[in-house]
Amino acid sequence: MKFKNANEIKISISSLIWLTLFFVIPTIIVVLISFRNSDPSGGIGVGWSIDGFADVFNPSFGMILWRTVRLSLITTVICLSLAMPVSIYMAKAEEKIQNWLLLLIAIPFWTNFLIRVYAWKIVLHPEGLVKRLFLTLGLVSENASLLYNEGAVLLVLVYTYLPFAILPLYTAIEKFDFRLIEAARDLGSGQIRSFIKVFLPGISQGIISAIMVVFIPALGSYVIPDMVGGPDGEMLGNKIAQRVFVDRNLPKGSGLSTLLILAVILPGLIRVVYKKIKPISATPLNRKINSYLTKSKSKS
Amino acid sequence: MRKDRFTFVVTILVLIFFYLPIVVLVVNSFNASRFGSVWGGFSLKWYEKLFSDENIWDSIKNTLIVAGVSTSVSMVLGTLSGYALFKFKSGIQKVHNTLITLPLIIPDILMGMSLLLFFIALKIELSLFTVILGHITFCVSYVAVTVLARLQDFDFSVVEAAQDLGASPSLILRKIYIPLLSPGLISGGMLALTLSLDDFIITFFTAGPGSSTLPLQIYSMIKFGTPPVINALSTIFLLITFLIALIYQRINTKQ
Repeated sequence: MKFKNANEIKISISSLIWLTLFFVIPTIIVVLISFRNSDPSGGIGVGWSIDGFADVFNPSFGMILWRTVRLSLITTVICLSLAMPVSIYMAKAEEKIQNWLLLLIAIPFWTNFLIRVYAWKIVLHPEGLVKRLFLTLGLVSENASLLYNEGAVLLVLVYTYLPFAILPLYTAIEKFDFRLIEAARDLGSGQIRSFIKVFLPGISQGIISAIMVVFIPALGSYVIPDMVGGPDGEMLGNKIAQRVFVDRNLPKGSGLSTLLILAVILPGLIRVVYKKIKPISATPLNRKINSYLTKSKSKS
Repeated sequence: MRKDRFTFVVTILVLIFFYLPIVVLVVNSFNASRFGSVWGGFSLKWYEKLFSDENIWDSIKNTLIVAGVSTSVSMVLGTLSGYALFKFKSGIQKVHNTLITLPLIIPDILMGMSLLLFFIALKIELSLFTVILGHITFCVSYVAVTVLARLQDFDFSVVEAAQDLGASPSLILRKIYIPLLSPGLISGGMLALTLSLDDFIITFFTAGPGSSTLPLQIYSMIKFGTPPVINALSTIFLLITFLIALIYQRINTKQ
């Protein structure tokens, strides 16, 4: 790789060095440390081993891993099915209403993430609003707990990631030409058929971004299962934190993180191979990420 | 029109879902009773308790230092990076683009974990400084993509026109580049600022003793502290975020 001119070096060198130093190298270190022996005093030991991956073959861990993947998948499906009608409504609405809806969707997510999760703890609290409502309706028994189970984790995951699904979908649908659907209907295609054959392929880029920004962060959830999940709602993220902060076993924590790294890059790799190593054009992806970042904020 | 009614109903339900926990939280912060479901009368006692807690004031100070430094540094790095990605189309920029995009997608816990191990491996003691390094790393990407988006929408024929009409480079910089690109810079910076103020996980992994930020403080209060005080704190937080959101919206709609 050669720099075409000195100007390019000058402009890009600072961020390239920063990201290499604080993003690439640390990621490589995680993978390396997962192959190191652990040190009983909590540091990194000498010598190499595959003990760091011992957790992966532990049956109780298998359950946590399966729960992590399952909850992330269900979250993605629910988020997309809720985001679809909302985005369609927004895209078809007048511009003024569109702007208001965008603001209304973005505002809760400008709030501190921990506070949002905590708010659900209050709502689902044994003496909270929802429990009392459900009790009067006879939906739950007196001893049933709405908190500290998989359902609570799923609910808060959907709450957290739904706006991230709405924004890329809305951006794609807004650009979609609805006359195509009318044309398909005129040509005799049914409502469902034109939705699947015309509408969904037309907004496929939006769907892919929505899946990416919900599924991948959900895989790495830590705070949500930690606060509303209890022992029955633990996910991979909790296990990583437990290995690092409670057991002080860095190689084991790294082993689990390496697993997560693989899970994150695997879909991308498959996509690259699937596209016959045709590089995914940089700008459209950037624009996608941008268009929803500038409309709302992200990250949680 | 049946389909339109369906999308409308779902939209309303989703909005209720978004705001329900927030409303419950705010109402509770004024509730004199300790438990959410019983209304014990209007009270400001949780706010008094909050303002007399010194740990909170310390963590607010730390949060502002971290957010201030990481926003400024990441704005410089991110703007350069966004400009490079826009201007050059070499192989190195493809790598650059991947490096900028990846931190936006990977789970926070991975970034926190990798930075923690990086600091341990280099025997760098965890402190407010390591927190700042971490925050800059994720903020750069957000600033870069925001600036890049503005540049892609930028009409360069304006610059050519100014040159044809004999404007000097410094005049072009002052009268064209700065006014037209500063909204992008400001929104990138605001994004970095809010993300830094909000970050819990990366801070949790990279903070040392005595470098607790407000989100870390909130976390330990939720885990071990008195819930009504957190309600009060959250309400203040909400007020501030609503204000920032309104300002952000105004900047974005103006141009």
